[in-house]
Amino acid sequence: MKKNILVIGGGPAGLEAASNLRRLGHNVILIEKEKQLGGHLAKWDRLFPDGVSAKQTLDALKSKMVGVNCFMETQIQSLNVLDRSYNAILSNGITVLADAVLLASGFDLFKARKKEEYGYGIYEGVITNADLEEAFRLGRLPEKKPQAIGFVHCVGSRDEKAGNPACSKVCCATAVKQACEIKEVYPDADVYCFYMDLRMFGRHYEDLYLKAQKQYDIRFIRGRVSEVAETADGRLQVKAEDTLSSRPLRVTLDLLVLMAGMRPSEDGRKIGKELNLTTEEDGFFSSADNLLDIQKSKLPGVFYAGACTGPKTLPDTLHEARSAALEIDRYLTSDQRQ
Amino acid sequence: MIDFGFTISPSSRINLDCIDRKSFAALAKLEPDVLKCMACGSCTASCTAGTFVPTSLRQAILMLRRGQQAQALRLLEGCMLCGKCTMVCPRGINTRNLILSVQKVYSQDDAQKEGKR
Amino acid sequence: MKFLLATISQTVTPEGIIDRYPNSYNHFVLPFVIGITFILVYLFIGLVRIIYHLPSQDRLQLLKSLFIPKTAWKNLKDIFCDCLLHTKIWKRKPLLGYMHSAIAFGWFMLIVLGHLEVALFAPRHLSGLSEGSLYYPIFYRFFIWMNPEHETLRGSVFLFLMDFFLLYVLSGIALAMFKRVRSIALGMRHTTKPSLADRVALYCLWAIFPLRLLAEGFTADLSGGSFLTKPLNWLFRAFFGNELNFLPTWWAYSICLGLFFLAMPFSRYMHILTEPLLILMRNAGLRVRHPRKGFAEAEIYACSSCGLCLDACPMNAQKKNLRYSSVYFIRFLRRHNTRRVNEIANKCLMCGKCATICPVGVNSHAIRQVQRESLNNKLKFNYSYLSDLNSRKDSAKGKVLYFAGCMSHLTPKIIRSVENMLEASGIQYEMLDREGGICCGRPLMLAGKTGAAKSAVAANKKAIEESGCSILLLSCPICLKIFKEEYGLENIEVLHYTQFAERLVKEGRLKLSETEQSIVYHDPCELGRGCGIYDEPRNVLNGIGRLVKAPKERDESICCGLSLGSLTLDEKDRGKIAESCVGNLMAHNPDSIVTACPMCYKALRSKADVPVKDFAEIIVENIAENNN
Repeated sequence: MKKNILVIGGGPAGLEAASNLRRLGHNVILIEKEKQLGGHLAKWDRLFPDGVSAKQTLDALKSKMVGVNCFMETQIQSLNVLDRSYNAILSNGITVLADAVLLASGFDLFKARKKEEYGYGIYEGVITNADLEEAFRLGRLPEKKPQAIGFVHCVGSRDEKAGNPACSKVCCATAVKQACEIKEVYPDADVYCFYMDLRMFGRHYEDLYLKAQKQYDIRFIRGRVSEVAETADGRLQVKAEDTLSSRPLRVTLDLLVLMAGMRPSEDGRKIGKELNLTTEEDGFFSSADNLLDIQKSKLPGVFYAGACTGPKTLPDTLHEARSAALEIDRYLTSDQRQ
Repeated sequence: MIDFGFTISPSSRINLDCIDRKSFAALAKLEPDVLKCMACGSCTASCTAGTFVPTSLRQAILMLRRGQQAQALRLLEGCMLCGKCTMVCPRGINTRNLILSVQKVYSQDDAQKEGKR
Repeated sequence: MKFLLATISQTVTPEGIIDRYPNSYNHFVLPFVIGITFILVYLFIGLVRIIYHLPSQDRLQLLKSLFIPKTAWKNLKDIFCDCLLHTKIWKRKPLLGYMHSAIAFGWFMLIVLGHLEVALFAPRHLSGLSEGSLYYPIFYRFFIWMNPEHETLRGSVFLFLMDFFLLYVLSGIALAMFKRVRSIALGMRHTTKPSLADRVALYCLWAIFPLRLLAEGFTADLSGGSFLTKPLNWLFRAFFGNELNFLPTWWAYSICLGLFFLAMPFSRYMHILTEPLLILMRNAGLRVRHPRKGFAEAEIYACSSCGLCLDACPMNAQKKNLRYSSVYFIRFLRRHNTRRVNEIANKCLMCGKCATICPVGVNSHAIRQVQRESLNNKLKFNYSYLSDLNSRKDSAKGKVLYFAGCMSHLTPKIIRSVENMLEASGIQYEMLDREGGICCGRPLMLAGKTGAAKSAVAANKKAIEESGCSILLLSCPICLKIFKEEYGLENIEVLHYTQFAERLVKEGRLKLSETEQSIVYHDPCELGRGCGIYDEPRNVLNGIGRLVKAPKERDESICCGLSLGSLTLDEKDRGKIAESCVGNLMAHNPDSIVTACPMCYKALRSKADVPVKDFAEIIVENIAENNN
C-alpha cells in the first residue's frame, strides 16, 4: 500500500524531496502558500558562484515533479498528531492523513526596515538584495546611471540587536555576485562592498571573489556601515570605519544594497507550534542531532529539509532534501514505526 | 642575544610574549563585554567625537589586547559618552561602561607606575 | 478597692481627678523612659551630625528658610500633609493611604490629646522631669482616679476623642497586619524583605496599640473611659472579677514602647522622625552634594523602606533585577555597603519614576547621580578639540535652529519628518548638526562626568549663540533636559518638537486631518518626568486620531529600557524592560504607538507588533490637504 507523505513548502527543498519521494514510490502531497512553486528561488535572477539562471535551475527541479500532488496557495489550517500518522486540514478544505510530514518551510528575508539607521523605506536609493534580483530579473534597473553603488553585508545577520547573532551564510557570495553583475550594467560606476568578514567558503566562491577584484574592480572595505544620511542633493552619505587603515570613512553613493539575512519562516514557525516542535535560540527548528540527524525532528514521522533548520546555500538545501527523502523512505518501509 | 656593542632603536614589532595581561583581565572582570568585540568598526564609524579627533573603541580594544595602553587611552580621551556606539554595536556591547572601565583600570595602572618611579 | 483608696493622694481638681500615686511613679514606666531617652539622645546627635556635614552655605540657607513666612507655611503644610495624612499615598492607593494616615495621624493625635489632657487636668505633671513629664502624659490613665460623679463635658469629650483615635489607629494596624499577608489587596505587587531591627520594631508597633487598649480597658472604671474602653472594662470585670490584672498589661505596653524606640534607629521606622527634617531641608532648596552625608543622610533615614518603588521600577520586568530598586540602594547606603551601592548606582536607568511615586519624596536618583560623580568625575578626558571649533556666525539669524542630536542621526526617519513638518508649516530653519555635531553633554552628566559635561556644554552654547537663532528646536528629550537646565541660553527659546508642533497647530500654520485610528502615546522619561511635557504631544495627537490611555502613563510611564542613564545594564535585560513597556502600551490594543524620543522609538520598534511611529512622523502622515 502506498504511503501518504505531506511536504510543506514548495521551495527547492520541498520540490527536490517531493520528486525523490515520488520516484521511491510514495504518494506525495505538496502544499505551497504562494501562487507559484520555487520559493525564494523563483524571485531570484542568477545564482552564485557561476551565474547560472535561477529560472533554468527551478525549471529543472519542477520537471521532475511528475506525479506529485501540488496544492498552490494552500496553507495548513491545523495539524494533529494521531497514533501513527498526522492529520492535516488544509486551507482549501482538503484533509490529508499523512504517514510522514516533511517540513520544508524555508526562511524569510530579514525585514530591512528594522535596521532603521540604514534608511530602507525612507531613502529611495536604499534597496535590498531581493529588490535588486527582482530588478535584474524584470530588467527594471534605474535608468539614471548611478555613479557609486554600495553593498552592505550582514544586514540582520551577526547582529544581536536585530535578534539574529548568526551568519546567514549566503549573503557574502550573493553580494559579490551582485556587485559583479551591477558593474557589468554600469561599468563606470564605483562599486563598494562593506563587509565584516568575507566568508567565501564554497567551491568556486574564491574564484568569484578574485574575479570581482581583478575583472570588475569592486572595492572591498572591511567595516560595517553604521549610518546612512541624505545629502542636500538627495544622494546617500554612508559612514563606516575602514578598519584596515583604522580611520572613519564616508562615501557618497547613489544606490545602497542591503544584504538582508535569513530569518526562520514565520509561517513555518506557526506550523511548528501546531506540532509542539522546539526551536533553538536562533528561532530555527531544532534537529534530533545537529551532526547525525539534521533531517529528523524529535517527533517520529516529522522530518526537516532545507533552511528551516538554519541558513543554507542552494546546494546544501538540495542535498538535505535528498537525504530527507531517503530518511523518510527508510522510516516508512522499515519497522522503525512499530 | 649577541652583543654587538651598540643598540638599535626598539623594534616596531608587537611582542606578544611581553604583554601584561593582568590589566586586561581586570578590565574583563569589570566589563565582560570587552571580550565580545568582533572588530566591525561600527562604533568608530558613528562616533560623535571621531568627527573631530581620532577616537575609536574598536582600535582601543585591539591596542589593549596588544599591550599598547597609552595609545588606547589616547583613542578614548575625546569620547563624550553619547552612547551612539552602544546603539550600533551588533554584538550589543555595553560600550559606555567599557570606556569608563578602561579609564578606571588603565589610568590607575599609569598612576601606580608613576608612583613607583 | 482598699488598695486603691490607700494610694489616693490629696490633690483634687474641679473635675474630680485625683492622683492615685503620691509621687506619680511606678516601676513599669522604666522601659518606656529608657527607650524615649535613648531615641531623644540619638535624634539629637543625628541632627547635629547632619547639620555639621552640610556645607556652610547650605546650613545658612536652611536657617534662613525657617524664617521666610512663605517657606515656613509650606513647611507646616508639607509636614502635616506628608508626614501625618500621607496625601501622596492616598492619591495613588487609597487603602494604603488610609492605613498610613490611620497609624501616623491617629498616633499623633493620641500624643497631642494626651498632653492636652494633662495640661488641662494635671498641669503640674508637665512642669518638669521630676514630676514625670517624660512619661506621665503617656501613662496618664494609669496614674489618676476620676470621680465619676464629677464628670464634666470637657472631660468626657477628651475621653471620647482618645477612644476614637485609638480605634482609628487600631484599624490602621489591622490593615497593616493584613498587608503583611496579602500586600496585593492594598495595591502592592512587590514588598521589601524586613531586616531584624525592622521586625522587632514592626511587631512592637503592632502590639503597642492593642496593649494600650487592654491597659486602658482595665483601668477604665478608675480613670474614666469612653465607648471603647468602658465596655471592655465591664467585660474584664465580668471575667476576671477584680482589677489586679491590670499592672502586667501596663508593663507590657511600656516594654513594647521602649523596645520600639530602641529598635527605631536601626529600622525603617526612623523615617517617622527624619521626614520632617527632610521636608525642611527640601523646602529650603538644598541639594545632594555628598552621596552619604548631610542632605543625603536625611534622605537615607527618611526612606520608609515601604517598597512602593519596587512596583514602579522598570527593573521589575525581571524579578532578579528588583535588587537594583531604590529601596535597596538606600538600604545599602545606610549600611555603608560600598560595593553594592556602586553596583546599583551604575545599573539604574535614572528614569526617575521611583522619586515621582515616593511617598516621602526621597530623590534617590539624585544620590545615585552624586555617587556616580564620586566614581567617575576624576577620570581623565581631553576635549581641547572642542574649543578649536569654528562656528558659522549669524548662519541662522532670527530663524529656528534645529539640533537633532547624536541619537536622532541613527533614526533618519525622525530627522526627515521634523524637516518635513517645518517645511509644511513654512518655517525658516537651519540644521545645526547635519554633518554631525557635538554631544549635548547630558550623557556625560548621567555618567557622573559633570566636569567633562561642562566643556561640551560650553562648546555647543557658543555655536548656538553665535548662530543668532531665536528658537532652538530639539527632537531628543535627552538633549532637551540639559539645554533647559544647564545651558542658560540668552534670548533663545528652547523647545521640544512636540511643543513647537502644538504651537504651530494652535497658530493655524499646521493643519492636520482627523482619522479614525487609535493611538497610544508613550511618555519618554526625560521628556515627561524630566521636563514635565505631557500635554503638548497629546493635544496634537488628539487632532489626528483617538488617543487611548495606557494603564501606566504620564509620570508613571515605564522606561523603554534603552535609557542612557544605566551604565551597566546589558542588552538582554534592556530588551525585557522594553517588552514590559510595550505590554503596558498595548493594554487597549491601539492601532499604533507614538513616542517622541529616538531611543524610545528604537526600543519600542524592536518589540512591538503594531507600527511604532515618531511624533513628527505621524504628523507628516496626517497633514491636511488644505495646509498652505
